[in-house]
Amino acid sequence: MPALLEVRDLAASYGHVAALKPTSLTVAEGELVTVLGPNGAGKTTLLRAITRLVSARGTVLFKGEDVSRLATHALAARGIIMVQEGRGLFAQMSVRENLILGAYTVGNAAAEIERRLAEVFTLFPRLKERIDQIAGSLSGGEQQMLAVGRALMAGPKLLMLDEPSLGLAPRVAADILATLGELNRRGLGILLVEQKAPLALKLARRAYVITLGRIAAELSPDQIKSHHDLAQYYFH
Amino acid sequence: MISRSIIFIERWFAVGGALAGIALLAIVLVHGGYFVTVIGFAAIYGIFCTGLNFFMGYTGQASFGQNAFAALGGYGTAILCAGLGWQPVLALPLTMLISGTIAVVIGYPTLRLRGHYLAMATFALGLITYELSIEWISLTQGYMGYAGIPPLGIGRYELASDRQQLVALVIVLLIGVWIAQRLKDSRFGRALRAIAGSEAAANALGIDIARYKLAAFVVAAVYASVAGSLFAHFIGFISPEVFGLSMVTLSFTMLYLGGIGTIWGPIVGAVIASMLPEAFRGLKELQDIAYAGVLILILIFFPKGLAALPGMLARWRGEKAQAS
Repeated sequence: MPALLEVRDLAASYGHVAALKPTSLTVAEGELVTVLGPNGAGKTTLLRAITRLVSARGTVLFKGEDVSRLATHALAARGIIMVQEGRGLFAQMSVRENLILGAYTVGNAAAEIERRLAEVFTLFPRLKERIDQIAGSLSGGEQQMLAVGRALMAGPKLLMLDEPSLGLAPRVAADILATLGELNRRGLGILLVEQKAPLALKLARRAYVITLGRIAAELSPDQIKSHHDLAQYYFH
Repeated sequence: MISRSIIFIERWFAVGGALAGIALLAIVLVHGGYFVTVIGFAAIYGIFCTGLNFFMGYTGQASFGQNAFAALGGYGTAILCAGLGWQPVLALPLTMLISGTIAVVIGYPTLRLRGHYLAMATFALGLITYELSIEWISLTQGYMGYAGIPPLGIGRYELASDRQQLVALVIVLLIGVWIAQRLKDSRFGRALRAIAGSEAAANALGIDIARYKLAAFVVAAVYASVAGSLFAHFIGFISPEVFGLSMVTLSFTMLYLGGIGTIWGPIVGAVIASMLPEAFRGLKELQDIAYAGVLILILIFFPKGLAALPGMLARWRGEKAQAS
C-alpha cells in the first residue's frame, strides 16, 4: 500500500532537552497505526512535530509530497487533522459552533457543512442532543466525541489522535476507540497515540513503541502476546 | 434547561435594555445641555470599545495602544477638515483607510509577540503616538491642540446642534454594533473566538492565527479611528491628552464593566462608566471614591461584566428550582 504519511528522522527539542530524537515511521493509506509508550516518552511531541505545533527537524512526506516546511494551518488544509491531548475544545462555544469550526477549511459552503454535520450525528447521536449546549459543560465522554466529531468535520485524510481515552471511563473509552475502528474500516488513515495499549492494539495493524524520545520497536499486534511483552519497553 | 432559561432571560434583558436606551436618549435629547455631551462621549467610547472588543474580547489578545489609532482618526480629521477644508464625509473614510493601513504595517511584526510582550509593544505604540502628537507641532499644534474642527455634515448641511450630533453618534454606534454582530457570528468571528479559546486547536483546524490576529487588530484600529474622528467633530477641539493613557484605562474599565467578549457589554460599560461620575457629582470631594467603590463592587459581584447578568440569573433560577 502506498504511504499516506512518511516521517523521516523527525526530531524536536524543548530548549536543550531533546524530547524527540530522530524518529521515522509510516502510515499507509487506510491503515490504523498506534504509537504506544509511557508518560513522557515523546508521543505527544511526535504528533506536535508532525503538525508543526513545535518546531522540528527532519522530513514529513504526505502522499509523497514534502510538507516539512508547511505551517500547521496549511497541513490542516491538506487533510492532516489532529485531535489534541485534552481535546482542545472551545469550551465557551456551543457544540454546533465547535463542529462548524471543524469545517473551517470548507469555507462558507453551507450544504457541505450540513452534510458533514449529518455524518457526525450518525456516528455520535449524543452530540445532536447536545447541539446548543456549551462544550465546556459536556461530560468527558461527550467532549471526546465532540473532539473527534470536530476533526471529522474537517474531512481528514489522516486523523491523528493524542490519547483519546485519557480520563474516560473504560466503557466510554472503548466506545470511542470502537468508533475509530469503524472510521478506519471505511478507509480513513489513523495515527493513534495511546497509553492504554490493550485497547489500541485491538484496532491497530501496526504499533510503534516509543521510549525516551525514540522508537524502540515496530510491532504487529500478533508480536505482542501479552502485557508482559509490552512491559519490557515501558520499564527497560 | 438552563441554556433555554438564559435565552429567555436574555431576551427580556434585550427588550428592557433597548427600552432603557431609548428612554435615556429621549430624556437627554429633551433635557439637552451637559447630558448631551456625557452621552455623546459614551457613544464615542462605545464605538471605540466595540472595536477593541474584537481584538481583546473575541480574539483574546491584549492591546494597550489602541488609543494610537483614535489619535490618528482625530488628528487626521482635524488636519483634513480644519486645516485643508475637507468635507467630514470624505475625511472620515480616508482616516479609516490610513489607520487601517498603518495597523497592518505595525501589526504585521508586532503581532508575532504574545501575552505580556504584545501588551508592552502595543503600550509603546500608544506612547509613541502620544509623544508625536506633542512634538510634531507643525502637524498637530502640540500641547495647544487643534481647534476649529467643524461638526459632522454633508455638503452645506451641518449638524450644528449638540442634539443633532448626538443622534448622528448613536446612529454610527448602532451601525458599528450591527457590523460587530454580523462579524461575530460569521466564519471570521468564529475563527477569532476559536483563537481566544485555544490557539493550538484553532491552528490545527486550518485557521491561520497570524492572519486573523492581524485582521482583528485592523478592525479594532478602524473602529478606534472612527471614534477619534467623531470625537474631533463632536467637541470641535482635540489635544494630545484626549488620546492619552486615560483613554486606555477608561476603555478597559468600560469593557470589563459591561462584559468583554459580548456585543452589548462595551455599550453598557461605556454608558455606565460615563454616567457614574455624574451621578456622584453631589458628593463633591468624595465623588472619585464613590465612583471607584461602585466599579469595584460591580466587578466583584459580576466578574464577567454586567452582560453576564442574564446567565447568572438563569443559573440562580435553575438552582432554586432544583432545590425546591
